[in-house]
Amino acid sequence: MTTPGAKRFLLAAILVAAVVSYFSAHFNRYYLGLAIDIGINIILAVSLNLINGHTGQFSLGHAGFMAVGAYTAASLTWAFGVTQASPVVAGILFAFALVVGGLMAAGTGLAVGIPSLRLRGDYLAIVTLGFGEIIRVVLQTTDTLAKHFGGGLEKALENMGGASGMKGIATLTNFGWAWALAAVTVFVVGCLVNSTYGRGFIAVHDDEVAASAMGINPTRYKVTAFVIGAFFAGVAGGLYAHHKQFLSPSGFDFMKSIDIVVMVILGGMGRTAGVIVAAILLTVLPEFLRGFADYRMIIYSLLIIGLMMARPQGLFTFGKARRGKA
Amino acid sequence: MACICCALCFHPSQPSRIDAVAEFLQQLPQQLVNGLALGAIYALIALGYTMVYGVLRFINFAHGDVFMLGAFAGYFLSPLVNRFLPAQSYLSGAVVLVLAMLICAVLGMLIEFLAYRPLRNRPKLIALITAIGVSLFIEYTCQHKAVFGAAARSFPDLIPTATWQVGGLVIGSQQVIVFVTTLLLLVALTFIVQKTKVGTAMRAVSFNEKAAALMGINVNFIISFTFGLGSALAAAGGILYAMSYASIDPLMGVQTGLKAFIAAVLGGIGSLPGAALGGVLLGLVETAAGGIPAISPYRDGIAFAILILILLFKPAGLLGKSQVEKV
Repeated sequence: MTTPGAKRFLLAAILVAAVVSYFSAHFNRYYLGLAIDIGINIILAVSLNLINGHTGQFSLGHAGFMAVGAYTAASLTWAFGVTQASPVVAGILFAFALVVGGLMAAGTGLAVGIPSLRLRGDYLAIVTLGFGEIIRVVLQTTDTLAKHFGGGLEKALENMGGASGMKGIATLTNFGWAWALAAVTVFVVGCLVNSTYGRGFIAVHDDEVAASAMGINPTRYKVTAFVIGAFFAGVAGGLYAHHKQFLSPSGFDFMKSIDIVVMVILGGMGRTAGVIVAAILLTVLPEFLRGFADYRMIIYSLLIIGLMMARPQGLFTFGKARRGKA
Repeated sequence: MACICCALCFHPSQPSRIDAVAEFLQQLPQQLVNGLALGAIYALIALGYTMVYGVLRFINFAHGDVFMLGAFAGYFLSPLVNRFLPAQSYLSGAVVLVLAMLICAVLGMLIEFLAYRPLRNRPKLIALITAIGVSLFIEYTCQHKAVFGAAARSFPDLIPTATWQVGGLVIGSQQVIVFVTTLLLLVALTFIVQKTKVGTAMRAVSFNEKAAALMGINVNFIISFTFGLGSALAAAGGILYAMSYASIDPLMGVQTGLKAFIAAVLGGIGSLPGAALGGVLLGLVETAAGGIPAISPYRDGIAFAILILILLFKPAGLLGKSQVEKV
């Protein structure tokens, strides 16, 4: 993806998203909701792909970053009283809340990444998994935690609702927001990986020892990928919160992370286009296969094992691999 | 408004804290007993993680699910065994334990043969993802209503239940059995690994797989054996856990397995005494945390906090040796 082409893609995608969003009242609400889900999942999958695919680390905590962003953004729009604001002001405040949510998630990503990314990939999987659990445990106790504080923080923590979940979040996410931000994510990740700097991610993925011999600091690259991935996961969380209007700590458990991981694996680790196709497919399919809900995770797990054995490069990538290792 | 800076703060604004500390100290011996019982179970599971890591250098994510299958094997075996032997006797409990260990050993070897062996020479990440896939497969297949169903089941009493009062301490017969069984298994494991031919071969493979193969060791067999041994220990852990907590469900292995893995990292992954030590330490810390009201809601997060701390300050673990990875 050359840079001018990428910019044209970004502008076109945002424009299409805005136009479709403008006429969204004419669409079936169910399909519109599904389309927003797809947009959010594209952000999650493409951002995880930067960590798990391009950089070759294995994070199982993407839902945790998403939760940080979701709760932060939802608390901000709640504190601003967005429901009373005019649409334009609400839009600006929403954008602000999304960015702050993303930054909070990125900060958490930094805090988690620095200790764990110095180590081998399999430790990272466990640490990120554990971090996701810690986030969930903390979110479940926000109501008791609130009693220890006074003033605004107490009210904000109470509003998060502990284990019973956060209710009454304003509906601000629409098709335009979700798909425009999905386009931004694809643009940023694509340009980053294809830039001179971004070759470092791929070098770390291919061979850490050789990369460091070439003067690349693997830990630095891993942490960078982690922080950027976490930022977009946080943004996706903010969109999710203002789409579903309800957040519950159990919605951000290990299984949510696995859902995103499956999208990345199915699409092909390190292949953005494949990952987007997989994100769309894995969002739409469960809707049509509701009768098979009991079998969904069994099929997912068999898919993971089968793909690792037969097609570790993913299902939707054709032609010869650009890089030697899948 | 109360400060949350620490659980043991004696600031004048916290009069209730002093009572809480007194209560905590009073309960300490009891907490030690409970913590040791939990820690022994963690240790049994952690040994499997550490052994597999020793020979294959990867985390067998499905190990926690083998632990769960061990508990379920005990659940289904117990009525069968009770047809031939008196129910709730130490003999029938031991028979159930041994049979469940055998079943899980076979299952562990099967998992290795079907899922991990074809991928042995691929990048580590692929093996790791496959292990997660295997773990999810076992969990969700078992949760399906045609298999075990998602609901928790109550575990039958395998042994005579009794409690003894030893000066203020309450010790249950289950706890005694947990200690005794764990100790016996640890002794047996040490014997196998240190004194037998197959144990020597295990250590050789763990030290250098290629050189071991050149010395005529059947590496495939040794890896298979290691999986069997680790899975048998996990099954024993599963039955002891089910006996202590009396309730089993298909997802019981997720949290316990992760914590046992953390115990293995805490002790130093690849080190057998380290796994045992890490398990006991983790059990003690978790039980103690459960006894402090200010921390108890976060009990499930403590193990992960320990993991992050140990990775920060002593990545090789308490008894592990740090190794430089060579090209």
